Amino acid sequence: MAPAGSSPRRFNLVTVFLWLLGGGLIAIALVGAFLTLSKGRYSIENWETFIVSGIALGSVYALIALGYTLVYGILFMINFAHGEVFMFGTFTALFAARFMADAGFIDAQPVIAFAIVIAIAMLISMSIAVALERIAYRPLRNAPRLVPLITAIGASLFLQYTARGFYGSGVNAYPEFPPLQGTTDILGLNLRTDQLVVTLAAVSLMVGLYLFVERTRTGRAMRAVSEDKDVAAMMGIDVNRVIMITFAIGGLLAGVAGILYIQLFNQVDFFMGFLPGIKAFTAAVLGGIGNIVGAMLGGLALGLLEAVAPFLFLDGFGIASPNQLKDAIAFTVLVLVLIFRPSGFLGRKENA
Amino acid sequence: MSDQRAAAAPAAATAPSEDAILRADKVTIRFGGLVANRDVDFSVPRGRIVSLIGPNGAGKTTFFNQLTGLLSPTSGNITFEGESIVGLTPHEIVERGIGRTFQNIRLFGAMTVLANVMVGRHVRMSAPWWGSLLKLPRVRSEEVATRQRARELLELVGLRRRVEEQWAKNLPYGDQRRLEIARALASDPKLLLLDEPTAGMNPGETAEMTRLISRLRDELNLSILLIEHDMKVVMGVSEQITVLDHGEKIAYGTPEEVRSNPMVIEAYLGKGAASA
Amino acid sequence: MPPLVRRGLLFGLVAGMAVLHLGLVGMVDTFQERELLDLSVVLEDGAVALGWLLPALAILLIGNRAAARRVTDVTEATDTQRLIAGALVGVVAGVFMAALAFISDAGVIGSMFVNARSKLAEILWLGLDPAAGTVMLLAVGTVLGLLGASLTVLPRFAARAAVAAGLVVLLVALLEPFLSAILRNIGLAAVEDLVYERAALQLPAALVLAALTAIVVRVARSDGPARARVSAVTGGERATLVRWILLGLAMALLLILPMIVGRRLSDVLTQVGLFVLLGLGLNIVIGFAGLLDLGYVAFYAVGAYTVGVLTSPGSPAFAPQIPFWASLPFVVMLAVTIGLMIGAPVLRLRGDYLAIVTLGFGEIARILVGSAWLQPYLGGAQGITAIPPAAPFSRDPESIYYPILAFCVIAALTAISLANSRVGRAWNAMREDEGAAEASGINTVRYKLLAFAIGAGFGCLAGAFFSAKIGTIFPDSFNILISINTLALIILGGMGNIPGVIVGALVLVGLPELLREFEAYRLLIYGAVLVAMMLLRPEGLFPSRQRQAELHDTGEEEEGEGENPTAPTTLRPREASINP
Repeated sequence: MAPAGSSPRRFNLVTVFLWLLGGGLIAIALVGAFLTLSKGRYSIENWETFIVSGIALGSVYALIALGYTLVYGILFMINFAHGEVFMFGTFTALFAARFMADAGFIDAQPVIAFAIVIAIAMLISMSIAVALERIAYRPLRNAPRLVPLITAIGASLFLQYTARGFYGSGVNAYPEFPPLQGTTDILGLNLRTDQLVVTLAAVSLMVGLYLFVERTRTGRAMRAVSEDKDVAAMMGIDVNRVIMITFAIGGLLAGVAGILYIQLFNQVDFFMGFLPGIKAFTAAVLGGIGNIVGAMLGGLALGLLEAVAPFLFLDGFGIASPNQLKDAIAFTVLVLVLIFRPSGFLGRKENA
Repeated sequence: MSDQRAAAAPAAATAPSEDAILRADKVTIRFGGLVANRDVDFSVPRGRIVSLIGPNGAGKTTFFNQLTGLLSPTSGNITFEGESIVGLTPHEIVERGIGRTFQNIRLFGAMTVLANVMVGRHVRMSAPWWGSLLKLPRVRSEEVATRQRARELLELVGLRRRVEEQWAKNLPYGDQRRLEIARALASDPKLLLLDEPTAGMNPGETAEMTRLISRLRDELNLSILLIEHDMKVVMGVSEQITVLDHGEKIAYGTPEEVRSNPMVIEAYLGKGAASA
Repeated sequence: MPPLVRRGLLFGLVAGMAVLHLGLVGMVDTFQERELLDLSVVLEDGAVALGWLLPALAILLIGNRAAARRVTDVTEATDTQRLIAGALVGVVAGVFMAALAFISDAGVIGSMFVNARSKLAEILWLGLDPAAGTVMLLAVGTVLGLLGASLTVLPRFAARAAVAAGLVVLLVALLEPFLSAILRNIGLAAVEDLVYERAALQLPAALVLAALTAIVVRVARSDGPARARVSAVTGGERATLVRWILLGLAMALLLILPMIVGRRLSDVLTQVGLFVLLGLGLNIVIGFAGLLDLGYVAFYAVGAYTVGVLTSPGSPAFAPQIPFWASLPFVVMLAVTIGLMIGAPVLRLRGDYLAIVTLGFGEIARILVGSAWLQPYLGGAQGITAIPPAAPFSRDPESIYYPILAFCVIAALTAISLANSRVGRAWNAMREDEGAAEASGINTVRYKLLAFAIGAGFGCLAGAFFSAKIGTIFPDSFNILISINTLALIILGGMGNIPGVIVGALVLVGLPELLREFEAYRLLIYGAVLVAMMLLRPEGLFPSRQRQAELHDTGEEEEGEGENPTAPTTLRPREASINP
C-alpha cells in the first residue's frame, strides 16, 4: 500500500492538468469520429474489414499479453524481454518452415507442416523464457524493483542482437501455407481465412490457459504463489518450480503467437518483437496486469482500437495517412491507462 | 467546540478553554466498508505529553496518519494552532510544525546519520535549488548552520559524535529510534508525534527513551503525542491518555483515571475482566 | 562423480555455450580483422587477433571461476582439484570450439546461421587442416582453462600482477588507433614504430609492458593498503592544492586533446561529449531522483528539432533562421516545459510503470516527428536539412568539440553542486523512501519535477549541439536506442556518480567508435553489460557511496573503526503503517 497520495487533496494543479489532458483527448476522439462518419468515406464493408482484422490482431496481442500478465502476477516484474521471446521462436522456426517448403512438404502436408512450425516456435520460445528466468531474473528476486527491470531491458537487447548475429539483419518472409490463403464464408460474412484461423486458434488457447489455471493442481499452485510466495512455500509448494512453469507457459504462448502473427504480417526480422511486445504489455495493463481474463480482453480491445481508431478518430480531421499514427495511438492508450487507471479495467485494486 | 469526554472520565484534565495546540473534531475515516476511526474527538494541550493507547488494530496509527497528512479523514476536522490541516500534504504539515517518527523505523538507511538529520531540517532551509550552483554565501552559511544544528540534535538525543558519518542502517536498533527522533526534531516542530518509540527495546533502553521524551519536552518546550503499547512508559511519562478501541475513543483522562476505567480494562482484557 | 569434476563439466558447458554464441553471432569472424599482437618475431606472419582471442578469454575467465568456487560451503578446494576443474572447463570448451569449426566447415547450418561459414572454421583452426586444428583447439582450450585456474592457485600478489599485466597489454593493443595517433601527432613517431607494427602491438613491446605493469603492481601493493596512502594524499590542506593542480592539468589536456589526436578521434570525442551531456542529464533523473526514464531521447529530439526549425533555412514551415546561440534559450525553455508536462502526469506512478510510460512518450515523440501529418512542419521522414553550424564554431569536430566540452563541464559542475546541496539530499531521501521523505518535510512532487526539468534541459542541449554538428536531422536518429545507450552508460559507470558517467560514456561510446568492428555488436554488448552489471555489480564500476549502501544489505565495514555498531539490525519491512 502506498502511504502517500491515496487521498483527495485540495485544489491541485497537476490533477487539473491531467483531467484537461484526458478530457481533451476524448473530445478529439469524439469530434474526429463525428467528422469521419459524417464524411462517409468508408463503407460498412470497410469498417467490417477493420474490425475483423482488429480482432485477429488483438487475439495475437492477447496471447503475448498473457505472458506479461502471468509473470507480473507472480513476480511483480515487467518482463521487458518477452517481446524477444516471441521474436526468437518465430525467427528460428522460419528455417524449419523454409526447409519444409524446399522439400515440398508444406504443399504435401500443410497442416502437419504448420503444426511442426508452431511446435518448434513454442519449444524455442519456451526455452528462451525459462533460461531468461533462471539466468537473469532468479538471482534478483529480492533486489530493488528497478534492478530486474533494467536486467530485462538488457536481456531484451542481448536477445535481439543475438538473433541479428545468428540469422542476419535482413527481413525475411515465411513460405505460404496454402490452406490459410483465400477467404471463408461464415455467418454470411466473407472472412479472410488466415484471420479466422488466427482468431480461433488464439481464442481456444486462451480458453485452454484459463481452464489450466482454474482447474489444475499446477494452476492452483500458480495462483497460490501469486497471492503470497512465502505462505505458498510454507504450504509445500515449490515456488521456484511454479515460477519456472509460469515463464514456460508464457514462452509457449508467445511461440504460438509468433507464428499466428506471421499470418497477419509476414515479416520476420530481429526487431519484430519490440512493437508487438510493447503493445501486448499495453494490452495487459489495459485489462489489469496480473489478471488473465483482463489480458485477453485488453488484447482484443487494443487490436480493435489500433485497427479502427486511426480511421475513425483521426481521418475526420484530414490528417494525412492516419494509419502511420496507429502505434502512437497504442502508446497514447498505454500512457493514459497507466496514468488514470493503473490497475486496469479488471485489475486487482492496487495502488500505483 | 465541544470536547466530549468519555462518560467514564468525568474529572476534567483539561478544560475546553485550555490552550490546545492540536484539536481533532469528530474525525472519521473509512476504508471501503471498514470504519477505522469513528467520531474521534481529541486534543493535545500545549506543552503536555499525551498518549494514545489501545489494543492492536484500534486505529491509532491510522489516526496518526491523518494528523500528518498521509491520510485524509472522510469527515471531521483537524486543527493545528487554530488552523485546519485537513487536506494538506505531509510536507506542508511538517512546515506548520508537526514532526513524526514511524512505528517501523523509516530512516534513509543508505545516507549518513548526519545527512538523515539534515534532511529533516529541509523545511527550515530556504536556499533555492540554483543557490548552490552559484555558491551564494548565504547558501553556504545556511549549510554550515544546518550541519551545526544537526550535530546539536544528535547530541541531544544521545548519539555519539563518531557515528555521524556512518550509514544509518548500520546503527543499532535503539540508536535508529533516537536518530529518527533527531530527524523529526530537525524541522523545529511544535508538536512531536512518536509512534511506539520503545517498540522492540529492552527495559534499560525503554527507561532511557522515557527519560529522553520528558527531557525533550522540557528542553525544547514541545508538545508530544505518543502511541505506545508499553504501559509502564505510558503511565510514567504521559499527563493525559486517550484510549481508542475499534476506532472509537472510549476513555480519556489522567493515567490514574484511565487505569481504573472499567471500559479500558475491558477493551484490553476482554469482557468481564473489569468486574472480576 | 566428484563434485569438482561435475562443476568442471558444468562450467565447461557454460564456456562452450559462450564460445558457440561468440562464433555464431559473428564476433569471432568480424573481430579477426583486428590484430592485437604481432608475433612475426617468432612466427612468420603470425599474429593474435581479437576474433580468436574472444573465445580464448571466455575460457580463461570461466576456467578461473570454476576453480575459484569452494567444493562445498565449507571446504576449500585443493590446488590439484582447482587445476583439474579448470582443465575440464578447457577441454569441454575446446570440444565445443572444434565442433563449431567442423560444422561451419561442412556448411550444414550455413543457411540458418549466417556466420557458420568455412571462414569461421579457418579462423578457429588457425588455418591448420581439420585434424591438426582439432587437436590444437583441444590442447589450447585445456591450457587456457588451466591458466585460468592457476590464477587461483598462485599467490595473491602474483595473480594480481598477472591479471594487471594482461589487462594493460590488451588495453594498449585495443587502443592502438587512439594511442598511435597521439604518439604521431606529438612527434613521437619513433616510439610508435617501436610499439606498434601494422596496427598491432609488437611482441617485445608487449612483454616490456607486461613486465612493467607487473612490477608496478607488486610495488604498489607492498606497503600497506593502497587506500591508506590515497587518503593520505587526498586529505588535508596540501591535498586540496594537489587536487586543484591535477584538475588543472586534466582541463589543460582536455583543451589540447583535439589538436593532438587528429580529426577522426576528435569526432569520437565529440560523440562521447554529447553522450556525457545526455548521461549527466539522465543521471539527475535516474541516479539522483530515482525515476527510471526510458523516454529521455524525447528531450534530445526536442533540442535537435528546435534548433533545426529555428536556425535552418530548410525548415519547412516556420524558418526564422536565427543564429544557433540565440536559439538555445528557446531550446531550454521548450525542453523544460515539455519536461514538466511529461513529468506532471507520471509523478504518481510507481517506478516500473513510470519507465514504461516514459518509454511510451519517447516513442510517441518519434512517431509524431516522422509522421506525414507533421511533415509540413517538421519535415517528416526527410527530416530537416541545412542546419547551420554553431558559429563561431564550425562543424569540424576539432571546433564543435569546445562548446560541447564547455557544456559538459557546466553540466558536471551543476550536477556536483546539486548533489552536495539541500536539493541533492532531498533527492537521496526521496529515492530511498518517498513516504518518509514526505513526512520529513520534503515536497516530493516539487523535487521530482525539478529533476525532470533539469534532466530535460541537459538532454535538449545535447540535442541542440547534435543538430548543429551534424547539419541534418532525421526522426530515425531519435529512437529508443539513444535512451538505452544513455541508460547503459550510467549503469556501467555507477548511478548517481558523475565521474562514473564520464567513464561510462568513454567505454560504451568511445571504445566502439574507436574500434569500428564493434559497431555491429554494440547493442549486443550493451545488453550483456546491463545484465552482467545488474547481476554482479548493480552499483556500477564507480559507485557513489550511497548507491553501494542501497544495493547491498550489509554495509561495508568501516576501516579502522574498530567498534562497529553491534549486531546487524534487522529493519522491519517498509510498509505504510496503516492498521485499519
